[in-house]
Amino acid sequence: MSVEAREARQPWILLSPALTAVALLLFVPLIFIVIYSFWLRTATGADQVGFYLDNWQEALTDPFYRDILLNTLKIAAITTAVCAVMGYPAAYFIARSKGNKAILLLLLMLPFWISYIIRTMSWINILGVSGAFNSTLMALGIISEPIQMLYNETTVILGLVHFLLPFMVLNVFVSLDGIDTNLEDAANSLGATRWQAFMQVTLPLSLPGLAAGGLLCFVLGAGTYITPMVLGGPTDAMFANLVFEAIITQLNWPLGSALSLMLLVVLGVLVLIYNRYLGMAQLMKGLG
Amino acid sequence: MSSVTLNNIVKRFGNFTAVHRSSLEIAEGAFVTLLGPSGCGKTTNLRMIAGLLDPTEGEILIGGKRVNDVPIHKRNLGLVFQNYALFPHKTVADNVAFGLKYRDVPSSEIPRRVEKALELVQLPHVAHRYPKELSGGQQQRIALARAIVIEPDVLLLDEPLSALDANLREDMRVELKRIQERIGVTTIFVTHDQSEALAMSDEIVVMSEGRVEQVGAPEEVYNTPASEFVANFLGASNIMDARCTKAGAHVTVEAPIFGKLDIPADKAPLIETEGPAKLVVRAEKLLLSTSEAPEGVVSVPATVETVDYQGQAVRYFVRAGDTQLQAINMIDGHPFAEGTNVNIHLRPQDCAALPGQ
Repeated sequence: MSVEAREARQPWILLSPALTAVALLLFVPLIFIVIYSFWLRTATGADQVGFYLDNWQEALTDPFYRDILLNTLKIAAITTAVCAVMGYPAAYFIARSKGNKAILLLLLMLPFWISYIIRTMSWINILGVSGAFNSTLMALGIISEPIQMLYNETTVILGLVHFLLPFMVLNVFVSLDGIDTNLEDAANSLGATRWQAFMQVTLPLSLPGLAAGGLLCFVLGAGTYITPMVLGGPTDAMFANLVFEAIITQLNWPLGSALSLMLLVVLGVLVLIYNRYLGMAQLMKGLG
Repeated sequence: MSSVTLNNIVKRFGNFTAVHRSSLEIAEGAFVTLLGPSGCGKTTNLRMIAGLLDPTEGEILIGGKRVNDVPIHKRNLGLVFQNYALFPHKTVADNVAFGLKYRDVPSSEIPRRVEKALELVQLPHVAHRYPKELSGGQQQRIALARAIVIEPDVLLLDEPLSALDANLREDMRVELKRIQERIGVTTIFVTHDQSEALAMSDEIVVMSEGRVEQVGAPEEVYNTPASEFVANFLGASNIMDARCTKAGAHVTVEAPIFGKLDIPADKAPLIETEGPAKLVVRAEKLLLSTSEAPEGVVSVPATVETVDYQGQAVRYFVRAGDTQLQAINMIDGHPFAEGTNVNIHLRPQDCAALPGQ
């Protein structure tokens, strides 16, 4: 075999374990989900195999699902915006700090060592009726009755920000870290103040990182069901909760499949729009 | 256009002193080079003048005004970096126009000024391209245009040619000097490349380990190095322990191999008394020959040990007694073969001397 042929084959050999895993664990189940979504759940609880559009009709026309989908997108959008506003300065600080960058990045990664569910539940100990916040205020005599702070949309967003902020910081950091600091110096020397130099040079050059972080936060936020389950009230269900409800609670796999495909398509379209304008390369850079 | 003065400047980073107490006068309109190996403090000096670093002690004056507390964006300086530092998301025209937006230049005037600057660097046709579409040499010209379009009081160049290929570097050197002479701006140029320094400067400031070793015109620092470091850093020199046996209008130095040499006093300005001295002989002043020396030329027999052929010139390492010497000779035809017995010819007036320890 020629050297060129061997070199051409090499990437495929190296990729094959990953491709096999993705095919077996992602695409095959996805095909099953697509098939399930056309089955029908009968009143007896048994699934009727066939090609029925009933689930799709229900998912697409019932305003209940539409409202929760819109609410899910709204919560994901707010979460993303909060992560951007909070994460950018932190990323800037890490990128511009000299020497201890590695330690700061390690601190950023540290929360990932604790389960996301535990991290989410920790808010109950902080904001709950007998949590740290209320106990402190009561002990100080500022309030006499505990304040009900949990189980609303705000705490859902709080929990999501807590979960997703590191993704934003990492992506913006990678982007900022790749910007030559001479560019800001050059802008300053030409008469721009530090703020003007930031707005004219650094911010535009870091936008791809901000967009990549935003996409990750949005997609992960819109697809979550743990946070609203743990920190949300009865009316704060997000779209993934509906899928959970249909499949786990009601054992209605066909409807659950249709709903999950609906969410997949909506988020997939958003990713495609992002890819059209900014490209996946930046996202890969941020994840690496 | 302005003069630049450094007054008793010291710069420390923690315990490390990057620039030891030094003072420097740079005349209005002059092209001054800070020359030295990496880590000698030349860039630190430049960055202090630019306002990117604060001096630990001392003051910086631009045009006679103290600027220590003037932030960089108000100093009106043109700054050119080794890596060009063009804004990658802006077109060439927007890069060049950047500094004009922060000045009282009417917006109708900006395109004309940009065009003029691009003509000055001989790239009038690239205005709408992005930096990454240009070659390194072109990018550096744009960086220069961006720095001079604001009519800076001082132009600061931080190794602007180091990232370019050898041939391009020499062209850009001529080009840069031409532009500087045309606009007459006071220019401070930082480099580790002695040939750039010698070719371009009105004055060279040789630095080593945070100290100024010598300040002088190119011929001066080249022909009359003030220290062993300068003698070695600018070109190749042979430095030998010697003794000064007569100081005054003519200095007599007694060195091994060459014996007594009468050196003009202006080649040994630092020698004040008789005693230990160093003899400095530039490698290109040692002429290898198989013939007898003419009148007034010292001749010493030697053997060629190593031949480093460079085309029009050859660098020889020759041995005379137990001393190895370096000689760079222009040649026409074949170099001497290794092992050839030759005579080293040296004119005493080509030597320089430094005080010894």
